[in-house]
Amino acid sequence: MQALYAQLLVGLINGSFYALLSLGLAVIFGMLNIINFAHGALYMMGAFCAYFLLNLGGINYWWALLLAPIIVGIFGMILERTMLQWLTGLDHLYGLLLTFGIALIVQGVFQNYFGSSGLPYAIPDQLRGGMNLGFMFLPVYRGWVVIFSLVVCLATWFLIEKTRLGAYLRAATENPTLVRAFGINVPRMITLTYGLGVGLAALAGVLSAPINQVRPLMGADLIIVVFAVVVIGGMGSIMGSIITGFALGVIEGLTKYFYPEASNTVVFVLMVLVLLVKPTGLTGRAA
Amino acid sequence: MPETAMAEARAKAAIGGNILQVRNLEAWYGESHILHGINFDVNAGEVVTLLGRNGAGKTTTLKSIMGIIGKRAGSIRFNNQEIIRATSDKIARMGIAFCPEERGIFSSLDVRENLLLPPVVRAGGLPLEQIFDLFPNLKERLSSQGTKLSGGEQQMLAIARILRTGASFLMLDEPTEGLAPVIIQQIGHTIARLKKEGFTILLVEQNFRFASTVADRYYVVEHGKIIDGFSNAELAANMDKLHTYLGV
Repeated sequence: MQALYAQLLVGLINGSFYALLSLGLAVIFGMLNIINFAHGALYMMGAFCAYFLLNLGGINYWWALLLAPIIVGIFGMILERTMLQWLTGLDHLYGLLLTFGIALIVQGVFQNYFGSSGLPYAIPDQLRGGMNLGFMFLPVYRGWVVIFSLVVCLATWFLIEKTRLGAYLRAATENPTLVRAFGINVPRMITLTYGLGVGLAALAGVLSAPINQVRPLMGADLIIVVFAVVVIGGMGSIMGSIITGFALGVIEGLTKYFYPEASNTVVFVLMVLVLLVKPTGLTGRAA
Repeated sequence: MPETAMAEARAKAAIGGNILQVRNLEAWYGESHILHGINFDVNAGEVVTLLGRNGAGKTTTLKSIMGIIGKRAGSIRFNNQEIIRATSDKIARMGIAFCPEERGIFSSLDVRENLLLPPVVRAGGLPLEQIFDLFPNLKERLSSQGTKLSGGEQQMLAIARILRTGASFLMLDEPTEGLAPVIIQQIGHTIARLKKEGFTILLVEQNFRFASTVADRYYVVEHGKIIDGFSNAELAANMDKLHTYLGV
């Protein structure tokens, strides 16, 4: 039974990363209509940013949680201003190819300098150790990742669905020309939205660094699963991305317990089933 | 004096100072040349209507003033400032508001969010109480999804949301299209009341009977040019011509 709970916990942690990353992808797709294949590379940059901050600047994990998303988010905004904005109005394929190319370049550069093996990033002192819950042993850091991710996801959902700024974002997703004619600087809003999505990816990278180590290909390994999560949840759906992210992490964890051979493919099997039954995803809207 | 210029001179019935001057306005959709040198003026506090057949260039004229047509040439001066090269968000912040023909109600926003969406660009906008006084239906439907409203309510919402912003120059594109007579009457009363409040309104209308109840002056647009213009006082004398222009 303890093994089941352990796999459930692993599933929840993976689900946290899936949720944070797919949420960022959903925000970007909703606003920019771009399938951001560079998301995995930006997640990896978040982890590396935390690593550099610690090893070059002596800046600890807690500051990295704040600074890495800002730094990588600014990098993302420069990408949007210099490259992605020119793709407005073009077919999705152009954005996908461009961001795929960016991902390959960024990963290639990091791999060139840091190789493929992982660099260690220690768990902060305050989050070391574990708690005996009676039915299982819970490492504190893993519990923190799940709760913190959930809070960030819900805060992002609140920002987009319940605030004036979110109303601008949702309206601009539907009709950017009219929103701009109301006096809102839509191009700037698009840049900031891309920065927000990228910042979420970088935040996931920082959270992941103490668990998975810091590796140039850490994002490439994850991004394919995250895209499957986004397809299942429905492109552009904020709550759909969050729920599907956590749910698929748990389903993956349960599969590891009940039928380990299928644990790496269960997400993709579900994706195929969802595409057959509901091509817009479980919570997605028709194009 | 060319006929167009004479028509403009006839049409110019000064109510207040000149607020909008459009000179030799040309506009393109991609390769299609839509406006071929539009010239007209709007004075502060008046309601001016652009009349014309489908495809004449009326909507394109409004969109060009609002800055949402990619390629424009000529001159558009608003409050003595040239805006032909300004982006639409800057134009909106100068005090021009646009209510599009398709109403532009956002389906992902409820009525309250739709109503509060356009930011206040300057002082002088109508307070919400006054807006609800003009459109009482909206107050009862604040939490409904914007696109779940009836066509008439959506039109009211589309007009209501630009009244809060403080814009003093309103451009309404076919506000009566597809609406029941009782709603058209209500929109007519609203426009008359907005005029009394000091708003300047540039209206595009196919419904000439409606336009004649609210407008001070008319311009006729055909093939991307203003071909005639007259004041409301001259309307009766120009009815035959107008019927020919509009094909009614």
